[in-house]
Amino acid sequence: MPSLKDVKIKIGAVKKTQQITKAMNMVATSRLRGAQTNMDRFRPYAAKFAEVLGSLAEKAGGDVSPLLIPRDATKNIHIVLCTSDRGLCGGFNANLIEKAQKFMAERSGQEVTFSFTNFGKRGRDWTRKNKLKMVDQYIGVVGTRIGFNVALKAGRKLIDAFLDETHDEVYVVYAEFVSMGRQVPTIKQLLPIPPIDKKEEKAQEPVAYLAEHICEPSADELLGELLPRNIYVQLFSALLETSTSEHAARMTAMDNATKACKDLIENLTLAFNKARQAAITAELMDIVGGAEALKG
Amino acid sequence: MANNIKLEIVTPEKTVVNEEAKIVVAPGTLGEFGILAGHTPFMTTLKLGTIRYTDASGRERFVFISGGFSEALPDKVTVLAESAERRCDIDIERARGALERAEKRLQEQAAKENIDFVRAKAALDRALHRMKIAETRR
Repeated sequence: MPSLKDVKIKIGAVKKTQQITKAMNMVATSRLRGAQTNMDRFRPYAAKFAEVLGSLAEKAGGDVSPLLIPRDATKNIHIVLCTSDRGLCGGFNANLIEKAQKFMAERSGQEVTFSFTNFGKRGRDWTRKNKLKMVDQYIGVVGTRIGFNVALKAGRKLIDAFLDETHDEVYVVYAEFVSMGRQVPTIKQLLPIPPIDKKEEKAQEPVAYLAEHICEPSADELLGELLPRNIYVQLFSALLETSTSEHAARMTAMDNATKACKDLIENLTLAFNKARQAAITAELMDIVGGAEALKG
Repeated sequence: MANNIKLEIVTPEKTVVNEEAKIVVAPGTLGEFGILAGHTPFMTTLKLGTIRYTDASGRERFVFISGGFSEALPDKVTVLAESAERRCDIDIERARGALERAEKRLQEQAAKENIDFVRAKAALDRALHRMKIAETRR
């Protein structure tokens, strides 16, 4: 049986932990709201962009841009790994890293080398620890208010490296935000650009007029112009999703931690009361025993 | 009103403009163009510059854009830009700072035509444009 004082100290400690986890939960909640607003603001752009891209892809010929053409042999695979800067968000980063590892295992059969661009400290530390080649790192991006210029800068570098054949394929690993309780690690091919889905959102009315757009310059050139932007847009959306997911994951993790603290405190209080009662009983026994002895 | 056209300027970070306009003038890569209501469906890329439009109350408005593309439909113009700022949102101090930095870098790089040079030039252009818009009479 632990002593009264020990239990009391333990209860105090757990209470303090609970305070921290509770505070982190609330911070994550408010940040999550911010991240979701950012996503909402990006949505009109993304939607319009996809629509325009889809309709152009339909009109343009096949090989308008070198970004579309797959390499004959893939030797260098580049992975853009989006993770968070900070921990205490459950299995969030571990899941993302696992996704990247699985992908590497799938592709490592042939003679390929992997290199990384890291968004977020957690992924960077993992890359470093495993002595993998890291081309670029961006810290302090995920989880904050992300500017489009970050995606622009990183995207430009990726495209340059793809064009001068440093990378043959580029993938992005990020956490897709499905709902508050579910964030799915996802891997997506960025380069060469996979065939664009031409049928996107075609069910609605715009079909008729899209066919007769005047394009200036030609549809092919326009498409060539838009494809690099598509990379930035994809990258930006991956970053936004990861940020939102991070906060959601932290919220859930901290909520669970707070609950666990509550349970722990309950159990400890029970133990404390038992110990106290036992002490009182023991004391009473002593007194009664003493009194009996005197009477004797 | 029948002769108004809806103008929407969106960037990845937010929707900058969403209102009715009488006329929209935008800097296309192949030349500046104006759009009135009832325009033929039209799509083009935009270069760095100013979008001018007259709003429903007849006031002339300026928006800085750093390139992008636009789609015009008979009743609506959509501009997708990487960044866009209304005139009142332009931070002139920041633009001036950027201008100075760009000028300095240009001087350092003047000898060689490399990527830094091109970037500095682009930064210079952006800063100059922002300041130009901000300083046009109110």
